[in-house]
Amino acid sequence: MLRYLGGRLVQAVVIVAIVATITFALIHLAPGDPFSAVMDNPNVNERVRTTLRAQYGLDRPLPEQFVRYVGQLARGELGWSFSHDRPVREVLASALPNTLLLMAIALAGSFALGILIALVQVARRGSATDHALSAISLVFFSMPDFWLAILALLAFTYWLPLFPVGGAVDPVMHDYMGFGARIADRLRHLLLPALTLTVLAAPGVARYQRAALLDVLPADYIRTARLKGLTEREILRRHALRNALLPIISLLGLSFPALLTGAFFIEKIFAWPGMGLAVVNAIGTRDYPLVVGGVILGSIMVTVGSLLADLLYAWADPRLRAR
Amino acid sequence: MPGQTQDFALANPARPRESPLALSVRRLLRGRSSRVALIVLGIIVLVGLLAPFIAPYDPSAQPDIVALKDLAPSLAHPFGTDPYSRDVLSRVIYGARLSLLIGVLATIVSLTLGVAYGAIAGYAGGWVDAVMMRLLDAFLSIPRLLLLIGVLVAWPRLSIGALVLFLGFTGWFGLSRIVRGQVLALKHAEFVMAARALGASRRRILLRHLLPNLVSPIVVAATLGVAHVIVLEAGLSYLGIGVPQPQASWGNIIQDGADQVATLWWMSLFPGLFMVLTVMTLNILGEALRDAYERRS
Repeated sequence: MLRYLGGRLVQAVVIVAIVATITFALIHLAPGDPFSAVMDNPNVNERVRTTLRAQYGLDRPLPEQFVRYVGQLARGELGWSFSHDRPVREVLASALPNTLLLMAIALAGSFALGILIALVQVARRGSATDHALSAISLVFFSMPDFWLAILALLAFTYWLPLFPVGGAVDPVMHDYMGFGARIADRLRHLLLPALTLTVLAAPGVARYQRAALLDVLPADYIRTARLKGLTEREILRRHALRNALLPIISLLGLSFPALLTGAFFIEKIFAWPGMGLAVVNAIGTRDYPLVVGGVILGSIMVTVGSLLADLLYAWADPRLRAR
Repeated sequence: MPGQTQDFALANPARPRESPLALSVRRLLRGRSSRVALIVLGIIVLVGLLAPFIAPYDPSAQPDIVALKDLAPSLAHPFGTDPYSRDVLSRVIYGARLSLLIGVLATIVSLTLGVAYGAIAGYAGGWVDAVMMRLLDAFLSIPRLLLLIGVLVAWPRLSIGALVLFLGFTGWFGLSRIVRGQVLALKHAEFVMAARALGASRRRILLRHLLPNLVSPIVVAATLGVAHVIVLEAGLSYLGIGVPQPQASWGNIIQDGADQVATLWWMSLFPGLFMVLTVMTLNILGEALRDAYERRS
């Protein structure tokens, strides 16, 4: 078990190192440098440009720049964000909790909803309900994240104004509210983005879990349970679902990239102040350091997520635990 | 009953044994949903191919930027017009052409890379395989959209050809893992040993003996891959770093109306519907192909 953990940890570190190398290559293969987009225009003094480039070491040979870059990354330095006029690390750090909150709610919600749908489908396999739920899952599974978010915004803030248009809090009134009203205000703003991300992620879970459940149903212990006289419901809940839990944990690790990219679009469309919104807005302002910082942080999040899922798997699977 | 088909094939030398792919396709066409999906996809492809003959207007013409802009759907403009007075239906039709083309071309790029990488890793084995697979793990842990954002922001004003290449370069990781697994499993199969005993070169074994056995998983990955690229390209175009104006793609039509979603709802709704329909049919077909293939093996 310890050896497995150690190996997995080393692997995660190697992955992050390779990601850092790839992003470094990205930065330096591109035409110009991080300053080109904002600095290379006649309004900026030539001396300012050369000084700034020298300050950031952009005039040094590449290997030296690489060593510096890795050193900075190791200390958590991600460079300077032009559009925010603050270190990239601070911009991302202040936005990250909002993104994590959104992702956590959507993760919990989509797994609960997805597993529930799968259970209903398997309990009535082959019925009209099963087919209808499969079809609905497929429709939502095929929807681009940003399109569903736009439709949700259109439907539930403009046509049927149930929710506020965007942001995390009411821009004017929030500061004048009492404590309870502030929390209610935050929840009201959180609900629609979180629900949208949940609905986007749930079909994948449902489809995967339905297949996992159908995989265990032919097993001998299910037949034994049936012969013992257990009802179909009990068989599903106590035998099938338990054995189909391991695939759920695998799926947990696999679902982070999709959840993160979903969050990017959803934050943009609902103006939810997370790292997705920060990075997407940085595209418009050509704030390259912030974009690259977002790519690195996103990759680290995915790596850590799949590491955690693997650990959970090792803990949950008695066969692995014994090793 | 596999034994019977075998006998049948032997008894009828005139009728060559059906290839695994042909068998899968025939099984696929038996399902009702996959038949419908194939027809719908066929229509969308046809619309894309015949775009110049079907589109009622020039997709990038701006006839009257004052009087004809932001028109709601009507008989003259069934999908309305955009803020530049361009006809949205014509743009959606041309968008089908471009989105499908990008999807197919990028998928060809990633298939080539994925098969080559996976086959080499699987066939080489040992430490070469181990290193190649760890590298793949790293690639897989960078979310594809983020990686593309990083690349595309660094190279502003990319041509569509370059966009296709980048979409292809970032799409082969999953497939190469499947290919590697298959090659690893088949490497010691008797027919490969027989070929080796007869003195076949490595290249010949890979191309003539292993690759034909990989056709089914590759076709499945290609079908689902096209769907994925279409969604990705739309997302990137929506963010303003995909297909450049004035070319129309489903994503950048939606982006044109993104600032005024509430008033210009037709600009997000219609291209999105076409996109969902395309992606859905591709998903149905990909999965039906996979089912057909897995039932056989």
